[in-house]
Amino acid sequence: MNQDRRDFLVRAGKVLVLTAPAAAYWDALAAGKTEPEEPAYRMADHFWGMIVDIDKCIGCGSCVRACKTENNVPLEPFYFRTWVERYHVESLSEHPEVDSPNGGYNGFPEKYAAGDKAKSFFVPKLCNQCAHSPCTQVCPVGATFESPDGAVLIDQTYCLGCRYCVQACPYGCRFIDPRTNTVDKCNLCYHRITKGLTTACCENCPTGARQLVDLKDPRDPVHEFLRTHKVHVLKPHMATGAKLFYNALDGSVR
Amino acid sequence: MNRLFKDKEHLVRVAGLFAAGIVLFVIARALFVPKGFGQYGHYRAGALADVRSKPVVYAGRGACVECHTGEGERLKSGKHKGVGCEACHGALAKHAADPSALKPVKPDPKTLCLTCHQMNVAKPAKFAQIDVKSHMDGGPCTTCHDQHAPDKEPKK
Repeated sequence: MNQDRRDFLVRAGKVLVLTAPAAAYWDALAAGKTEPEEPAYRMADHFWGMIVDIDKCIGCGSCVRACKTENNVPLEPFYFRTWVERYHVESLSEHPEVDSPNGGYNGFPEKYAAGDKAKSFFVPKLCNQCAHSPCTQVCPVGATFESPDGAVLIDQTYCLGCRYCVQACPYGCRFIDPRTNTVDKCNLCYHRITKGLTTACCENCPTGARQLVDLKDPRDPVHEFLRTHKVHVLKPHMATGAKLFYNALDGSVR
Repeated sequence: MNRLFKDKEHLVRVAGLFAAGIVLFVIARALFVPKGFGQYGHYRAGALADVRSKPVVYAGRGACVECHTGEGERLKSGKHKGVGCEACHGALAKHAADPSALKPVKPDPKTLCLTCHQMNVAKPAKFAQIDVKSHMDGGPCTTCHDQHAPDKEPKK
């Protein structure tokens, strides 16, 4: 076949122009195949995280109770997707006193006298929804993973119960469910947030100390909040990419 | 042909073994790797739908005020505007789906209010807290305070 440079350029141009729609169509076809049931929720449009405002937490335990109810967590102590800790810091040079009676499920009975020259505050804890999470890296079977919309999820049907991730989590957020012998932890109420609801803990927090945030939503007040407040994440030196932002976090909190 | 394979039969046998091994591996892989594995990453894509399919237990305040408009407006007018309905009234997604299926329990105002407002040094200083011994005579808080808009005029 005789082909001069002009012919070649014209053909190549046509091919190039045609591949873009073909690729887009192929993507749409592939996406349609996997999730035809919920077209309203697009994972690519979201990237979830949470703000915890220490200055607002009153240690009532509503979040702990709501979380256990919503997610069917065993009621015994030590099984928590979220829990609240009380810090009592006498001086920064010593270890703080930390307690969490039943994870804060029943609130916190008064333990310290007013005016004892120590500072005292509550710290709600939960999965930090790390963007580069150590727990997903150690899973040998891919039963835990970072979803494209920023939640760290667990595939209960695929988990072996090997407990590697329980050890890997620097925040102590995972537990083995004694009923299934598989791992469980906060998944940011993924079944709720994908339906347009907020998480059970945020829904039930009476003071607004917890707020679910969508970092990809330009209208979300989180961007303003992160600009105007001094926020911190837990264990930043571990470079986990934690998306649980604490406002007014004390240096004694680990 | 014979000349080509002369003195090379042992290699053919080994190659056959290798080919059989590869075929076995491909078959086993197709059998054991679940559908959708690797679509988004090193996990089963169907797990996302599995997690999403869990039932919702808390309906959310948006669902409550669809019917209970009066209470919703009253709540919005006072200091309890940030408090979700189900924080006091319990998980009521079943009630929201079918009001006759589950009736909400009326909370006990003697104990419920104190889960938040009981004095505690660890609470933020600006949060409204009371010492039960000195603040009230043991009666329910709702005798004086409106639970839905507590900063409005006290009840007579």
